[in-house]
Amino acid sequence: MDAAPAPPGPREGPTPLFGAYGIVKRFGDFTANDRIDLEIRAGEIHALLGENGAGKSTLMKILYGLLEPTEGVVTHQGDIVRLANPEAARALGIGMVFQHFSLCENLTVAENIALVMPAALTGRALAERIARLGQDYGLHLDPARPVWSLSAGERQRIEIVRCLLQDPKLVILDEPTSVLTPGEAEALFSVLERLRDEGRALLYISHRLDEVRRLCSRATILRAGRVVGSCNPRAETARSLAAMMVGTQVNEVQPRAARRAGAVRLVLDRLSLPAPGLHATPLRDISLSVAGGEILGIAGIAGNGQPELFDALSGESQAPVPEAVRLDGRPVGHLGINARRRLGAGFVPEERNGHAAIPQMSLSDNALLSRHATAPLSRFGLLRRARARELARRVIEAFDVRKAGPDPAAGTLSGGNLQKFVVGREILAEPGILVINQPTWGVDAAAAAQLRQAVLDLAGRGCAVVVISQDLDELFEIADSIAVLHDGLLSPPVPAGATSRAAVGLLMGGAEETGAEAGETPAAPARRALVQVP
Amino acid sequence: MSLDILQMVLVTVLTAATPLILAAIGELVVERSGVLNLGVEGMMVLGAAAGFAVATETGSTLLGALGGAGSGLLLAALFGLLTVGLAANQVAAGLALTILGLGLSGLVGAGYVGMKRDPAPHLHLPGLTDLPGIGHLLFGHDAFVYAALLLVAGTWWFLWRSRAGLSLRAIGDDHTATHALGLKVRRIRFLAVLFGGACAGLAGAYLSLAYTPFWAPAMTAGRGWIALALVVFASWQPLRVAAGALLFGGATVLQLHAQAAGLGLPGQLLSAMPYLATILALVLLSLGRRRGGSPAPAALGRVFAPSR
Repeated sequence: MDAAPAPPGPREGPTPLFGAYGIVKRFGDFTANDRIDLEIRAGEIHALLGENGAGKSTLMKILYGLLEPTEGVVTHQGDIVRLANPEAARALGIGMVFQHFSLCENLTVAENIALVMPAALTGRALAERIARLGQDYGLHLDPARPVWSLSAGERQRIEIVRCLLQDPKLVILDEPTSVLTPGEAEALFSVLERLRDEGRALLYISHRLDEVRRLCSRATILRAGRVVGSCNPRAETARSLAAMMVGTQVNEVQPRAARRAGAVRLVLDRLSLPAPGLHATPLRDISLSVAGGEILGIAGIAGNGQPELFDALSGESQAPVPEAVRLDGRPVGHLGINARRRLGAGFVPEERNGHAAIPQMSLSDNALLSRHATAPLSRFGLLRRARARELARRVIEAFDVRKAGPDPAAGTLSGGNLQKFVVGREILAEPGILVINQPTWGVDAAAAAQLRQAVLDLAGRGCAVVVISQDLDELFEIADSIAVLHDGLLSPPVPAGATSRAAVGLLMGGAEETGAEAGETPAAPARRALVQVP
Repeated sequence: MSLDILQMVLVTVLTAATPLILAAIGELVVERSGVLNLGVEGMMVLGAAAGFAVATETGSTLLGALGGAGSGLLLAALFGLLTVGLAANQVAAGLALTILGLGLSGLVGAGYVGMKRDPAPHLHLPGLTDLPGIGHLLFGHDAFVYAALLLVAGTWWFLWRSRAGLSLRAIGDDHTATHALGLKVRRIRFLAVLFGGACAGLAGAYLSLAYTPFWAPAMTAGRGWIALALVVFASWQPLRVAAGALLFGGATVLQLHAQAAGLGLPGQLLSAMPYLATILALVLLSLGRRRGGSPAPAALGRVFAPSR
């Protein structure tokens, strides 16, 4: 590192607090970062924008000392520094809030925080500091709670508190709002603005353009490992930012011209299921009906019964009475997933790796997994591999799945491409009923638009679709009507045009007024209608 | 039964439990760090052979004990190199380690079969050790027994009261998260594996230097496996490991007395009693407190290979 070239002189203004110059990172033949320059100044929120796989995470890990760059230097106030490990980065005042929280589930809040604090700070002294900081910033935590018992929002609070206790000069935030409710995100934003006003620098990584435009004064845009531009996001539109990220104009989904109201195809009739596990949610008296050509959106924060509802719809868990679930009028509550597929239903679960697909198995084997019941993929108990490969090939072609090799293992695909594959696998079967949980979670903008379009087109062909999603923008984009799942209760659906993000967001939090976190019984608010108060 | 007979029984129970305590506490630390080393039996039996050989050659029980612990540590280092360093499968490597340890112990101990030594000296404090009823139980053991008890207390303190122990538990819970925080996952795991090996080796040395002071091939007789099971059924808690080991020791002594008394039951069935009793008791214990899912370290047995 000593022989590295000196960083270029200051380009404009004062010396940046942190700089990264000529950063190259290669993994084998793959170049994740290609000569990236980035300057971060104190007192600014700097956005790092890019699609999945653009190299944001790699750059961030280099800045936090988790990866060593193949070439290039990192500077701190103009001096070249070597970030050999996260400890070195923390010593320089770099803190990180991870997207996939770096928390140990079976340890308590205080233990998780103690892991990165000086060894002398333990027990009561640490608990006091956690409480003081919590009061200061409105980030309240119970130090004695084990992490597994906490919600995503609370877990993120731990990450932030842990980061702030080290009094960082630079805070790196990786997709911080991806698991938060709109209300929680608002609270986060005011903390971030406060940190900025205290003179800290923030590196904000996101693909949510509205947030970036609201918070950030400068943005660096990455595409395929390179910097393709930097701008003031406030002077741009969400569309122009997205165009820079993907390099082409983003296709917005085409709304269907006319909606044919078909016959009712999927019905849940007062379905109640006890919680299947310790941390699961019971389903309580859920009724819904979806007609052919209709898309019902189910909003809700993670942990309010989404997987349980999905399992009840797909047949992974069976209903107490057959009539509680009906497909095209036939009671199917007692039937398993294959029987429901044979009746024309298709299902895409939330988790790509391990639920929708087996990462170690090839794509053609994965095609077999969900289609063996309905497609002629076996004869006399023997697999017909050629047909499975042909099916996989058709999915890959129709959904533009990018992959390496002719029939690679599912785990080698990027998240967006694997999602295209598992959604495409179901859609090509032309199901009459499709249930899809978190269709575009962690998928980049272009792939997300493509997936939404495919779902819309499928509904246009007469399929009844249920989309369970945490992404309100997505639901408002494609759903005809929206219901909210909160604490295992489903609110009555209302037409998407007759409600607002704010109204849905409040119901997702289980309250109708802001600040009504305490005191309300959790069941009551979700019962209320979603219709917007004028 | 007089107080002295009761004391005698308790002393035997404690000596029967000591090798299990030593080996199981070592394995507990290894598993708390997220590594499953199934080679306890192999490290233990090699420790017995090497400990006896070193003690015979040097005439020093202390050097013998150190030799036993050292041989277990070396074998564990090989395991650590494979599983922590090279990310090999832990189950396969652990089973291979047991077979290797059995083979090596035969080689090391070949020249020592049939030899006898005096057992390790017992503590004798004039006045205290001779106290009726409790003197021998409290003040009359060899150093291994006291070392085992200290090890239990020390491990408890280390895991629940020290920062290094917190890091170890955190790594055993989620190596990806702790690696992202900058903890030295592989270094700490390797050290834990070495510690486990030294403990297993010491447990073996106890068998050949104190419990039955001679060397015989495969003299550990499955105690390494019992130690592994103890860790699981004790929910990875040091104090419960000690309790389970004592229970096992107690059942062993009891069935010996039962056989001697000539009960009408087959001897094989009685020999199986300690195993059954231990498993039963620990299963009942672990049923008592189930709330946060499994008490096992979440990363146990999972291979970790960071990119850099």
